[in-house]
Amino acid sequence: MYTEIVMDHFKKPRNVGVIEDADGVGEVGNPLCGDMMTIYLKIEDERIKDIKFQTFGCGAAIAVSSMLTELAEGKSLDEAKAITNKDVAKALEGLPKNKLHCSNLGADALHMAIKDYEDRKIGKPREEPKRKEKHEHSGDDACYCPYCDAEMEEGTSFCRACQTDLEEAH
Amino acid sequence: MEIINLDRLSANPLLPEVKKAMIDAISLDYGNPSSQHRLGDEAAGALDSARDSVSRLINCAVPNELVFTSGGTESVNHAIKGVAQAKADKGKHLVTSNIEHNAVLRSLRRLKMSDYRVTSVPVDPYGRIDPDAVAEAITDETILVSIMHSNNEIGTIQPIEEISQITRDKKIVLHTDAVDSVGVVPIDVQKMGVDLLSFASNTFYGPTGVGGLYVRRGTSIWPLLDGGVQENNKRAGAENLIGIIGMGVAAEYALRNMESRTAQAKQLKEMIVKKLPDYIDEYYINGHPEHHLPNLVSVSIKYIEGESIVLMLDEENIAVSTRSACAAGALQASHVLLSIGREFADAQGTLVITFGLNNTENDITRFLAVLGDTVKTLRKISPLYSKDKMA
Repeated sequence: MYTEIVMDHFKKPRNVGVIEDADGVGEVGNPLCGDMMTIYLKIEDERIKDIKFQTFGCGAAIAVSSMLTELAEGKSLDEAKAITNKDVAKALEGLPKNKLHCSNLGADALHMAIKDYEDRKIGKPREEPKRKEKHEHSGDDACYCPYCDAEMEEGTSFCRACQTDLEEAH
Repeated sequence: MEIINLDRLSANPLLPEVKKAMIDAISLDYGNPSSQHRLGDEAAGALDSARDSVSRLINCAVPNELVFTSGGTESVNHAIKGVAQAKADKGKHLVTSNIEHNAVLRSLRRLKMSDYRVTSVPVDPYGRIDPDAVAEAITDETILVSIMHSNNEIGTIQPIEEISQITRDKKIVLHTDAVDSVGVVPIDVQKMGVDLLSFASNTFYGPTGVGGLYVRRGTSIWPLLDGGVQENNKRAGAENLIGIIGMGVAAEYALRNMESRTAQAKQLKEMIVKKLPDYIDEYYINGHPEHHLPNLVSVSIKYIEGESIVLMLDEENIAVSTRSACAAGALQASHVLLSIGREFADAQGTLVITFGLNNTENDITRFLAVLGDTVKTLRKISPLYSKDKMA
């Protein structure tokens, strides 16, 4: 079900770990939804000098995190901000549709880590890493029904294609 | 390297004697059991013989109480929808539990679309239903109680006999989904006191696509499939004779070897439970310690997610199952694990290990060693683990 490159990043994830004196930390997801990702950044001259991740989640979530760190490493902050979840999925040569909903959160975590860095720089008091409690849609990423893979209408929890009420189904 | 299959609830191979009987049947020019000529008679004879064998496995009073179906899912759908339709005049209320299989839950959901009402009874932390709670849930309009015999995620076996005393007193039809029990543990429909019981042939090494629904004589139930008069007017359509012949042979084998199979499974289960602490820490064993399936171990491993574990074990040629949301294609953790009080994150890290005839102690030894390494690797990646350790 996964591409070879997804399996490669899952089996040999790059840049796993914690940066103790990170300049920025970003955290997304929650166990309720399935996946959690934390991104740690070390910034030098407005470039990502070092990046590490920790992820709780499925094979796709781990591969996404690993690929994201490869895409972001060495990039300027502006370049890194331009990385989207779609870019990560593309670099992995695709993810199963139903994984796009909850596992493809790497770019969100990266953007939050950069924001954390920028907040600290302008002297905002250091906060606990912010955690998004609910998955929010970024850009034009569509959402797919986990049961039938059909595209879901935005803001609904009822899949018209397979008549499943996702709220009630659980 | 040979694959160690510890996902026996998902699929079992055919027993050699089952395979042989089915191949023999394929080679024969059987007629249709409903036909009046000699070829039809032969087919009807083979069907009767299989019905005798399978009805003995669950101890039907007469073989005609057994309806052949296309498997557990059809049997469950038939039981629930068939009684709901037959008894709609009496009422539109049904009682079930919080931990049923989707075949039950979604059949009930379908009925709810036609104004049926459903009361779902909770379970204790071991996944057991309190018969008194079932009694309390029953109203004057209740027409069916459907409670599973054993659970496919945690292995807990329900007190069906006690529940049947209640349903008999109140003259309410009782169905039990015994898909994971029949052929694994002794099942006696008369002793249990159920009116309907669903099961599947692959559980006891018969072919997939074949199952049965036990219907106690006199139970009001409509067919799920309308058409011909096959299966005593209860299930239309020409019978899957080759599959049914295979199921008959598998049933005979299951009945003959029940004791030795149960003993072998128990031994492997005890070995896993006893040795697991040598390889991993911070986990829960799910299910009831006494009333449980002998061939299933459900373990929730903290800080890591099930699909990742399954993929890593697969790389080492070991097959197990998980109940994590990601792997199940759902958005949330298993309703069964949440019902017994597992946290969302712990439910996500749940493996269901099931074993069968071909598994050995060596399989378990290797599985445990690989699992130990896998858990270490994944915990190193997990933010939940490091956070908990630092706190």
